[in-house]
Amino acid sequence: MSAHGATAEATHQPGSKKLFMWVWFWLLILTGVETFLAYLRLEPHLMLTLLIGLSLIKAALIVAYFMHLRFEKIGLFLIIVPSLVFCLTMILIFVFPDSLRIAQLSGLGH
Amino acid sequence: MDTLAGSAWDGGVAPFATNTKKLGMWLFLLSDSLTFSTAILAYAYVRLSSANWPRPFEFSPAVVNATFLTFILLSSSLTMVMAVAAAHRDEIRKAVIYIILTAIGGIAFVVLHLMEWFRLFAEGVTPWSNHYVVNGQPGDPLFGGTFFGLTGLHMLHVSIGVIYLCIIAYGFGRRKFNADHVEVSGLYWHFVDLVWMFIFPMVYLMSVNLKG
Repeated sequence: MSAHGATAEATHQPGSKKLFMWVWFWLLILTGVETFLAYLRLEPHLMLTLLIGLSLIKAALIVAYFMHLRFEKIGLFLIIVPSLVFCLTMILIFVFPDSLRIAQLSGLGH
Repeated sequence: MDTLAGSAWDGGVAPFATNTKKLGMWLFLLSDSLTFSTAILAYAYVRLSSANWPRPFEFSPAVVNATFLTFILLSSSLTMVMAVAAAHRDEIRKAVIYIILTAIGGIAFVVLHLMEWFRLFAEGVTPWSNHYVVNGQPGDPLFGGTFFGLTGLHMLHVSIGVIYLCIIAYGFGRRKFNADHVEVSGLYWHFVDLVWMFIFPMVYLMSVNLKG
């Protein structure tokens, strides 16, 4: 998300081979950590929280470096990411909690 | 692209400083990410409200296999990044080789994933039934529905991506397409990789057998 979108466009390819290798390396490390968590068989709530956190970091790395969003004009970032976050938040607030209500009705007691 | 005169809103030709193809792909990926998000949320919804949701996967081979699939997809993303970089440097041969390597990664992913599907079919897990027993009840049939639905939707995207990459490799090799086309196909490929970063933990790691 550099403010120098025009400069980045002129040089075409910001980010070196080494940088992408590093991103790939870290994505593999984070994947390894996730698999190790499954090996430990943690308690489901803790496991889910950790996995979602790690996955969001991985997604951010892919979007920022592999998909170059970090090097685009900030306007592109602003039309894509906030709208996605908004839609997902709406689903999480208004639709998703209903599954917990169903679970309570059937006495699951999550 | 660099002819932004004054304000972008004042007749500027490219307010996002990208070409229309790239902007179009980003907007498509935005809508596609909502498709996948709702599919994953629907899976979480039925899973949370179910009393007999199975957690059938052993750490080995199911989770190890899925980790290997993740490795393949991540590596194919790396070769795609290299392809885009080579395309922008106008190294056509190198770019085509990297795109083909990426497509091979995609094919390997689909083949290995299908083998896993068929192993599950042979065990008796289908999109509408399974043989698992949870809390003395038969396992929720929606397990198969969501598992094959989510992984199948993703596999469809990978397959389309492989076809897309082959067309781009052919066209770019023959100079019918330029580096921007390669970059836009790269965006799609990385997105498919990104989606797997959520399906892998939600579908596989959260379904690992707790008994050990």
